[in-house]
Amino acid sequence: MKNRTGPGVVARLLRTAIALSVAVPGLAFADYEWNFQPPVSSMAVQIVGLHAYIFWICVAIFVGVFGVMFYALYRHRKSVGHQAVQFHENTLVEIVWTIIPFLILLFMAYPATKTVLAMHDTSAPDMTIKVTGYQWKWGYDYLQEGFGFYSNLATPLAQIENREPKGEHYLLEVDNPLVVPINAKVRVLVTAGDVIHSWWMPAFGVKQDAIPGFVRDTWFRADKVGIYRGQCAELCGKEHGFMPIVVEVKSKEDYAKWVDEHKSKLAAAADDPNKTWSLNDLVARGHTIFDGNCAACHQTTGAGNPALGAPALVGDKVVLGPKEHQIDVVLNGQNNGKMPPWKHLSDVDVAAVISYTRNSWGNKADQNVVQPAEVKTARK
Amino acid sequence: MSSTPHTIAPGEHALDHGYAHHPGGIIRWITTTNHKDIGTMYLWFSFTMFIVGGLMAMTIRAELFKPGLQIVNPEFFNSLTTLHGLIMIFGALMPGAVGFANWMIPMQIGAPDMAFARMNNWSFWLLPPAALLLILSLFVPGGAAAGGWTLYPPLTVQAGMGMDLTIFAIHIMGASSIMGSINIITTILNLRAPGMTLMKMPMLCWAWLITAYLLLAVMPVLAGAVTMLLTDRHFGTSFFNAAGGGDPVLFQHVFWFFGHPEVYIIILPAFGIISEIIPTFSRKPLFGYASMVYALSAIAILSFLVWSHHMFTTGLPTAGILFFMYATMLIAVPTGVKVFNWLATMWKGAISLEAPMLFAIGFLFLFTVGGFTGLVLAIQPIDVQFQDTYYVVAHFHYVMVAGTLFAFFGGIYYWIPKWTGHMYDEKLAKIHFWLSFIFFNITFFPMHFLGLAGMPRRIPDYAQQFADWNMIVSIGAFGFGLSNLVFLYVVVKCIRGGEKAPAKPWEGGSTLEWTLPSPAPYHTFETPPVVQ
Repeated sequence: MKNRTGPGVVARLLRTAIALSVAVPGLAFADYEWNFQPPVSSMAVQIVGLHAYIFWICVAIFVGVFGVMFYALYRHRKSVGHQAVQFHENTLVEIVWTIIPFLILLFMAYPATKTVLAMHDTSAPDMTIKVTGYQWKWGYDYLQEGFGFYSNLATPLAQIENREPKGEHYLLEVDNPLVVPINAKVRVLVTAGDVIHSWWMPAFGVKQDAIPGFVRDTWFRADKVGIYRGQCAELCGKEHGFMPIVVEVKSKEDYAKWVDEHKSKLAAAADDPNKTWSLNDLVARGHTIFDGNCAACHQTTGAGNPALGAPALVGDKVVLGPKEHQIDVVLNGQNNGKMPPWKHLSDVDVAAVISYTRNSWGNKADQNVVQPAEVKTARK
Repeated sequence: MSSTPHTIAPGEHALDHGYAHHPGGIIRWITTTNHKDIGTMYLWFSFTMFIVGGLMAMTIRAELFKPGLQIVNPEFFNSLTTLHGLIMIFGALMPGAVGFANWMIPMQIGAPDMAFARMNNWSFWLLPPAALLLILSLFVPGGAAAGGWTLYPPLTVQAGMGMDLTIFAIHIMGASSIMGSINIITTILNLRAPGMTLMKMPMLCWAWLITAYLLLAVMPVLAGAVTMLLTDRHFGTSFFNAAGGGDPVLFQHVFWFFGHPEVYIIILPAFGIISEIIPTFSRKPLFGYASMVYALSAIAILSFLVWSHHMFTTGLPTAGILFFMYATMLIAVPTGVKVFNWLATMWKGAISLEAPMLFAIGFLFLFTVGGFTGLVLAIQPIDVQFQDTYYVVAHFHYVMVAGTLFAFFGGIYYWIPKWTGHMYDEKLAKIHFWLSFIFFNITFFPMHFLGLAGMPRRIPDYAQQFADWNMIVSIGAFGFGLSNLVFLYVVVKCIRGGEKAPAKPWEGGSTLEWTLPSPAPYHTFETPPVVQ
């Protein structure tokens, strides 16, 4: 802690507070349920220390003040014979108990200000990642490396609906975590694609609201290899509790390897949209897409959910009718966003999921195959 | 007709004998312009809404009893949290405070009634239709609003018709509050008895005078915010839509410019009630009357300067963050002065611990806990970890429930002898206090840990590490809910009968209402008293 003009007293107090937090049983860093997640960035460490410092000051004041109150309750009761002393003002005392709290606040404001200034310094980053909040997933774009991907909740619906026992990282696991190298200053640009979300990583001490149409920034530097988990921190609709954030911090070498692997994986997965697919391949792929994206509202059985306004897809006229119309509904949504747009899915994925609906649950549409090329044409 | 005090026999109408043309039955309640009747209606309305909001809370806690989705679907869960907040704030706490204002302000200043007795009637009767709109919104297509009581766009622009009903309900309740405030200010400034200078009037009246100004200043701002939401939803405006040149964060600024003074609107009347109870049961005058008035004023003025502390993670510029952090921390100073003054009132008094005093002491103890967590939240770097988590939920329930609601319970036990002419059952009331105190803390204290551990707000399902505390919280909530039934029983029992209450059941009472008979006659102070 730099000590140029600031009181060394403050730094020493902060260190004592942190030490107390570790020493007092039940308040130790390692115990998740009572206290912050173990901090792995300097900002998170500062926050833990700041909180401990403020907390113990508040505890001291609380014990002092209510010690006085309990004493009064004990000694100054009518039932023990105490007579009321009829004083009712004292200007000096009023001044004293106005000035002293004010001074205490100054002692709190000083370290707080230093941390605010440090947290807002996003200059000279080592890398920049763009984070986009969607209903209900995160999109991560590695601006320098030139690739991006979505990160969805990976917990199976069966666990949420209590049909299977819950896993260790229930509701805190994703298909594609964000990966960063250790000790790099990562500048995070945060925005949203629809409503306000918030990207929160407790272990890094980072929370930034994701505001559609605006880009805000924040930063972190992770100083420990590991997997860290956070959640969306702004109500964004019905799946607000189901869009977690997972960040994997790797060593510099492992990170470089991951970037290479990822780039080639994405290249391979970039399907040729002009290829003609077989119905079976489309339906198989569509099944996976459907269960991962559509079943939340339309159910895996296609039975729909009237409470959510999601019609049954079994025998549905859009599904059985002209394919251009269904392509339009899937790409652009309908009913004011009640059916959200899915234009961010690839042409192959959209074609596959539509084909799946047209050939499942007893549906046998006349136009039962949709090729990716048709979806590509439909995008205006 | 004269206001010669005479005791009214139990069962007899409180209607004064000289006014033969007063209607009875339901028409009496619909057309009454009497501040006592209107106060009674506000209090019963408030309690009803409290039960409705409470049932929603019980459902929420039932869902959160264990991880996984068991009882309600996520969208309905969001509607429950939204309506729970709206109903408790606008349906229970605010009308409850106005109920106390109506009953007590005229009697405490020696006035025969409120300045605008007819407008007073309308202020109340606007509320049941508004409440109906909110409840009805559950049954329209798309369900009730589900964006949280804070109604942030763009989420609330997406919502269905339930949101429009909510916006209309808010407009109506706002109109009610504004009219009520005009009434209270005019009454207090103009109808005080001769000799009752402003610096001699009871603290409840000071608290309400300042609260009324706050309401006048900010209810129109809320109306503006929700109207902009309405036009964004239906009339093609883009106030909160970046694609049209607007900004979703604009809503937050306008809303919280209302919202922060709003929370002081909720607590200030409670401060007033506590300032009445503690001196009475300490048998000593309130310590530092002038300081208490200045503290109330300082809190009210500061409350306009801190709104962005609700927006600490939206991406405010650094200078803004520092300003709002410092201003928010500053509110601790006048609030601390009030706590110290209440303590100094008790100090070296002759304290007795009847139910009103138990609730006042419970308030002092638990509101201060809420105040400290507010100070912790004011520190922006710390708020980065706590914003939108259960730590915030703990904070505001400590100040609004252990704060305002406990003050209301204390106030009701304190004044019900005056209102009904009967003493309440002291033993049961004490049981009510201890049940409330214990179960309140079981419910809300662990929420601090949940927030520390990282549990976000407004989620129907959660990760495994939050399970243990959530189960305890839910059990506490069910207990707290049940304890309110004890309260209802005590109140109804007292209304129906009980030990006859004298004009001044509390030895330490020193304000004007204690010079009136119990129950207070329908019309009081038709001739103003002279105050020394």
